[in-house]
Amino acid sequence: MPSIAQTIEGKRVDNHRPWPRMTVTPDAWRRAAGELAAGRATLLGLWGDADAAPLVHMALADAAAGEILVASLACPDRKFPSVGALHPPAIRLERAVRSLYGYEPVSAPDVRPWLDLGFWNVQHPLGARSAPPPAPPAYDFLPVEGDALHQIPVGPVHAGIIEPGHFRFTASGETVVRLEQRLGYVHKGIESLMTGASLELAAKLAARTSGDSTVAYGIAFAHAVEAALRIDAPPRARYLRALMAELERLANHLGDIGAICNDASFSIMHAHCGILREHVLRAAAASFGHRLMMDRVIPGGVTADLDPDGATHIRNALQQVRRRLPQLIDLYDNTASLQDRTVGTGIVRAEWARQFGAGGFVGRASGRIFDARKTPGYAPYDGLDFSVPIFAEGDVNARVWVRIREVEQSVSLVEQIIRRMQDGPTTVAIEGGAGEGLGFAEAFRGDVLAWVRIEGGKIARCHLRDPSWFQWPLLEAAIEGNIVADFPLCNKSFNCSYSGHDL
Amino acid sequence: MRRMLFEGLARRPLTEKPPAADDTALAELAASLDRTARRRLGRSLAIREVDAGSCNGCELEIHALNNAFYDLERFGLRFVASPRHADVLLVTGPVTKNMREALERTHRATPDPKWVVALGDCAADGGIFAGSYAVAGGVSSVVPVDLHIRGCPPTPETILKGLISLLQPANEQGDPLHLSPPRGER
Repeated sequence: MPSIAQTIEGKRVDNHRPWPRMTVTPDAWRRAAGELAAGRATLLGLWGDADAAPLVHMALADAAAGEILVASLACPDRKFPSVGALHPPAIRLERAVRSLYGYEPVSAPDVRPWLDLGFWNVQHPLGARSAPPPAPPAYDFLPVEGDALHQIPVGPVHAGIIEPGHFRFTASGETVVRLEQRLGYVHKGIESLMTGASLELAAKLAARTSGDSTVAYGIAFAHAVEAALRIDAPPRARYLRALMAELERLANHLGDIGAICNDASFSIMHAHCGILREHVLRAAAASFGHRLMMDRVIPGGVTADLDPDGATHIRNALQQVRRRLPQLIDLYDNTASLQDRTVGTGIVRAEWARQFGAGGFVGRASGRIFDARKTPGYAPYDGLDFSVPIFAEGDVNARVWVRIREVEQSVSLVEQIIRRMQDGPTTVAIEGGAGEGLGFAEAFRGDVLAWVRIEGGKIARCHLRDPSWFQWPLLEAAIEGNIVADFPLCNKSFNCSYSGHDL
Repeated sequence: MRRMLFEGLARRPLTEKPPAADDTALAELAASLDRTARRRLGRSLAIREVDAGSCNGCELEIHALNNAFYDLERFGLRFVASPRHADVLLVTGPVTKNMREALERTHRATPDPKWVVALGDCAADGGIFAGSYAVAGGVSSVVPVDLHIRGCPPTPETILKGLISLLQPANEQGDPLHLSPPRGER
């Protein structure tokens, strides 16, 4: 079978690492969209660029062969053939490109703005900026027709301590007929702040793209920069990054398991999982000086080595998890009233997870095994022993079980890392340079993609793609036919990032 | 479940000693509020959290206040689901332009008397996101702020210290938690 690069064809660009980037013709761009639509490739990201001339980039993977590729299309007239017309997962990405850059995806199925809610006082902030229309047209939610339907608008300010977003439910009685999301409320303009930023500042911005995945974002960004500048972080730094990443995963998964149960009004799980989460965060603070380990990962290495007593703190926290978690799993699994809420609720079909390339627990609960730590893989995970749990049911319960199994895997990974880590330097100096790089990291909720173009040691363009881009749309599909009261439960089981998505 | 509940009774509570009120916070409150307002404040407070653009790091640490170690509710502080039930708005994030109107409307929906706490470095002045086309600035550029709690994100202990300052009655150096004996018995 020909590789994606052979099928699409294009001119390879120098200076893009570690995977190739090709400039392609509009026909080749359409062929790439065809490969995605046919299921022979998975969309990893699609973003705009305003280098010397308008450009759109699309990252794709052939998951089976491990081939990764960036296709770039020049669009001098600010138009490009819509990928979303053939492959729905690209729709929101293209809407964002249109809002941020003003490039038009031709024959796109949805031409409404995305992220731009009409408050910026500027149009196309990353492209050719212009004044917005004096009165932006009202946003058209998708029409819903039928007897006895009612709508429930929720947000952006929600009832809990949660990020802002708008959900428009259409219900027939208690049953959700359609959910439509409108996001962008926490859009901070991260990509515009990145442009021209020093690597140091850019790393801080990356670390604040989604606070719950700050370590993973740090790693993805560092991978991209290190690839662009042809440098390697020292082995000890790689181990320390993985150690922090697994602590982050543990803390988030433990928090989520409890929070999902709490949304089914089963608060004892929440209370106990909250205690375990706190143990992990305190161990992180004692080991690395920050509970969330923010700003500890930088291009070239890490800023904090493990405190001399860190290993002991971490082992004690793991001991707590190992001792208490089995009891909690037992409680979760044997409480009929709780199982009644989670089993069979909010089903994501396997074909949707595959089509959207959904990562993390959303994908793995629906049979998609992708994990960036395995494919494309990065150090030190290639030398560590762990498995990626997978379930077929695709319901809230399966997403809980993926987390439970991943907690077990992370506990083992942390132990392996502490055991294997050798002394050595934790950073390597970075001296200016230029180049383009693509990097990945597996956050607790899925794979983060980072793409950078560096010129004269500064960021010329950086794009960060949160796993949530390919999970949010599936939540709309999963809730259909469920009752309104089960939405919080479904939403928490997805736990998508608003900030990571909105940028 | 029964076994777990019994075990819980036998175990020592995890809840930790409350930290003292934060001096900087007390000074800021003394400057921003008159005595009448402070007297009203020194009781139980209902808090409505509003994420006006944060990276969600602050939210994680606010959540932690409800865990067994910090147990916020023992101080008479609790989170409520609607601004209409709230005394305090706890606002995080640089206020994005996309959230400005929602924050203003939430503020208007909160009955008087009300107080606003800006939580985190971004909420103070926009932090690392200041200057972006999409960011309005710190919380005080949109609604009046009575207290700032700094940090990126502030630890639960720092947040607790700040919130406890809200409970400290005006011009009294006493125990903000009203746990000490009445004045005459001191």
